[in-house]
Amino acid sequence: MNAAIELRGVEKSFGNIAIIRDINLSVAQGERHALIGPNGAGKSTTFNLISGYMAPTSGSVLLHGEVISGLPPYQINRRGLSRSFQVTNVFANMSVWENLRCAVLWSSGQRYAFWKNIDNLPEVRDRTAQILADINLTARRDVPAGLLTYAEQRALEIGITVAGRADVILLDEPTAGMSHAETERAVALIRRLTEGRTLLIVEHDMSVVFGLADRISVLVYGQIIASGTPEEIRGNPRVREAYLGEEAA
Amino acid sequence: MLELIVISTLNGVLFGMLLFLMASGLTVIFSMLGVLNFAHASFYMLGAFFGFQISRWLGFWPALVIAPLLAGAIGAGVERYGLRRVHKNGHVAELLFTFGLAFVIEDVVQIIWGKSPVDFRIPPLLDFPAFTIFSTNYPAYKMFMLLVSIAIFVGLLIVVKKTRIGLIVQAALTHPHMVGHLGHNVGRVFMLVFGVGTALAAVAGVIAGPALVTQSNMAGLLGPILFVVVVVGGLGSLPGAFVASLLIGLLQTFAVSMNGSLAGAFGPLSPAYASTWLADIWGVTIAQIAPIMPYLLLVLILAFRPMGLLGTRDT
Amino acid sequence: MSEIASTAAPPLPATTEKLRFYGTWVIAAIALLLLPQIFGSGSSLTTFSLIGISIIFSLSYNILLGQTGMLSFGHAVYYGLGGFLAVHAINIIGANKLPLPLPIIPLIGGLSGLTFAALLGWVSTQRSGTAFAMISLGVAELIASSALILRSFFGGEAGVSANRTKLLKLFGWNFGPQIQIYYLVAAWTLIAVIAMYALTRTPLGRMCNAVRDNPERVQFVGYNPHIVRYLAFCFSGFFAGIAGSLAAINFEIANSAYLGAEQSGTVLFATYIGGIGFFIGPIVGAIFVTLLSLGLSDLTQVWQLYFGLIFIAVVLFAPGGITGLLMMHRPLLKAGTLPKVLPSYLVALVPTLAMIAGLILAIETIVHYTVNPGDDPHIKAFGVNFDAASPYIWATSVILLIGGFLVARRTWTWVGHAWDSASSAARETGIAA
Repeated sequence: MNAAIELRGVEKSFGNIAIIRDINLSVAQGERHALIGPNGAGKSTTFNLISGYMAPTSGSVLLHGEVISGLPPYQINRRGLSRSFQVTNVFANMSVWENLRCAVLWSSGQRYAFWKNIDNLPEVRDRTAQILADINLTARRDVPAGLLTYAEQRALEIGITVAGRADVILLDEPTAGMSHAETERAVALIRRLTEGRTLLIVEHDMSVVFGLADRISVLVYGQIIASGTPEEIRGNPRVREAYLGEEAA
Repeated sequence: MLELIVISTLNGVLFGMLLFLMASGLTVIFSMLGVLNFAHASFYMLGAFFGFQISRWLGFWPALVIAPLLAGAIGAGVERYGLRRVHKNGHVAELLFTFGLAFVIEDVVQIIWGKSPVDFRIPPLLDFPAFTIFSTNYPAYKMFMLLVSIAIFVGLLIVVKKTRIGLIVQAALTHPHMVGHLGHNVGRVFMLVFGVGTALAAVAGVIAGPALVTQSNMAGLLGPILFVVVVVGGLGSLPGAFVASLLIGLLQTFAVSMNGSLAGAFGPLSPAYASTWLADIWGVTIAQIAPIMPYLLLVLILAFRPMGLLGTRDT
Repeated sequence: MSEIASTAAPPLPATTEKLRFYGTWVIAAIALLLLPQIFGSGSSLTTFSLIGISIIFSLSYNILLGQTGMLSFGHAVYYGLGGFLAVHAINIIGANKLPLPLPIIPLIGGLSGLTFAALLGWVSTQRSGTAFAMISLGVAELIASSALILRSFFGGEAGVSANRTKLLKLFGWNFGPQIQIYYLVAAWTLIAVIAMYALTRTPLGRMCNAVRDNPERVQFVGYNPHIVRYLAFCFSGFFAGIAGSLAAINFEIANSAYLGAEQSGTVLFATYIGGIGFFIGPIVGAIFVTLLSLGLSDLTQVWQLYFGLIFIAVVLFAPGGITGLLMMHRPLLKAGTLPKVLPSYLVALVPTLAMIAGLILAIETIVHYTVNPGDDPHIKAFGVNFDAASPYIWATSVILLIGGFLVARRTWTWVGHAWDSASSAARETGIAA
């Protein structure tokens, strides 16, 4: 099976402090893979390394077999990888509609076009409308993103991430700060939107992880101590000790 | 030749130290408050003019103390009542506020003291040649300027490295948000830093005033060079500002004393090109280019090392 | 259009909306045509020409500041270079009797602005925010200082002049009289405004806004923010060059002042005071600042000081500029709750005006004593005669200033309360306020 994402011997140090030590990870195409671990383990750093926000100190990151470590984020994005952010990172002064439209532009081939009226592009319009309906924000279409509620912003965040039709999606704690009901809705949304795509998700909510993931990797102090199916992880004594605790789900 | 080199080095280091007096305050203000004080050179100018006026009433030595305190007090007030209010509107608004402030300060200085240079004299106590190098008399006042700059520099170093407030400033240089979380009265620290930073610029103004020309366009002439210093050194880096100040100080001083030109080196162009722009470039001396050398350095640094010589922080 | 799009997407403009949109432009064109009929004097026509030039310049500046979030302190470089190249072009065309009429010249100015922006822009736009502002300042100083070195191109202190009437006539016009210059400027202003507005409706225009709001996120939707900024920079330089060349045509001269810090400062003032958040903001600002600078310089010696103070006041109290302030009232207008705040405005106006009057009095008196101490103390400022030596005047100015300030503070809190109640009332009717 082809690996969508592969990390080979990836290390990252800031000055003398090693945050990520020798990670080897493989996420198969179409797989839903969860990355869990205690705070400070380096999960967001791992995401930053994969998505190009930082370059690894050593080792390499591969996307569909092609080395992407060291490339700038926009080039990685154009090769089909998209990520969301833990702290909501939208275009605050633009409306929900315009936020989603920006996410659609590149993949519909518009590039830096300055000779076309953006309102006259049917493909852009249709795709934006589709995403808007998918994330259930049609009623809030014209509201500036900065004025949305927290849960709405998280939904928009996910919408922007998947709008570009990337086939590898990275979600960084998408349900952080949500109530139980909101989390359930978010999970349903994520499941729907990532149908047929590869998903790598960082989460703290174990019910989300065990309900959504095909495989789970556990990151502790910058190293992956276990990787396997949910049952394997649940039963793994090292994982219990480091993270889940004895009364795990 | 050797004489020229020695004198130019002395003058260059002197100019560099003056630049650093200003650039250090600017860098610390930028690192802590996140705002690049566009009006920093204006406080330099205020220092010079306050120094001039007070030295007329009370003499140079009281002016050396009072003028920076006055300018620093104004700076603290600017932070407390102006900058703090604009802070919530973002960095662009803060920069624009200081830009407007620079504009207004220049106008006020022009109104009160006029557009022509004022006669800020070297105090008689220092008005003698300190020593003679080869055949040139090096003025004692310039040695005084150098000594004061070095003394202040050393003093700053001690304060920053050895005192508690210095420790806070060091911490805030790289992690301004944490300083607040640690329980320090951030507002007061900011006011202090802004006041001291502008007072430093004013000290530079007081001591430079008698040696250079004290005129209402001082800020406009020195301001851009100051910003080149901090960008070349690396925004937010004190050691970078030090290196860049000396570099630009020496560069400009040496350039001004050199009369070489392409025409001088390679002979004149053929008369066919006499009145074209090529002739302008061919015939221009290094001394004539001296004022724009800092900006050439800026463009070079930006092309090849955009984060500056020693810069670490991105804006 | 798919079914989803027809329900979820914003509705396509109806015919009436389209008519209204195009109608606005037509009305603007007609208004520009008819303006000289109402205000026909030479000085009015010159004022209109200057306003038109300032509108193009300010809008070009806002492509950088308001739309892409780039604060430049050196935008006059492209304005000035457009002006210089226009003058040289006029001279070359005139000397060689080439068949090119004057209205082509602004295009040449625009292309030179574009060329220099393209050359300098890649390095300039590598950083954003404060670093970009400093870089723009440094580059501007570099070019402005070079103007005095490259004398054959820039003409030294005197600048370069041209005779605009020597070119090929267009419909019998040689563009000597001011009315013909007015129409030239008005036509180019309309073209430039339409073009710059159209730019905001393109994919590039939208991504400029995205880069302004969140350059980090822009990368993660596939765009390189450096390229977006660079393209915005180039467009901005193009239109600035058009403005500069029109100015050169109007004054028949281009000199190093066109490139200088003061010119860069003026366009920054105009754009910001007008309001950077709306397309028409810089237009409003250009009109306001041009009229103010022309008018104020007749009324007082120190009009530049007032300018600076107005700018600082806008930065401190009204960062959205004039249009921002006006647009703030739109939700209230829609909800019909505007009458709630109007009375409090009137009340707050009185002490505020008193405070301003006191400030002006103080400034003018101080100016008299520092600038013209030997002159007759009976001075005239803002059309009002008063005796600067009289202690009554000093007392009045202090009372007005301090008293006005204290009372104004109170009344403005009332305005705040009135706003709160008006906004809540508006929100209850469903309008976001």
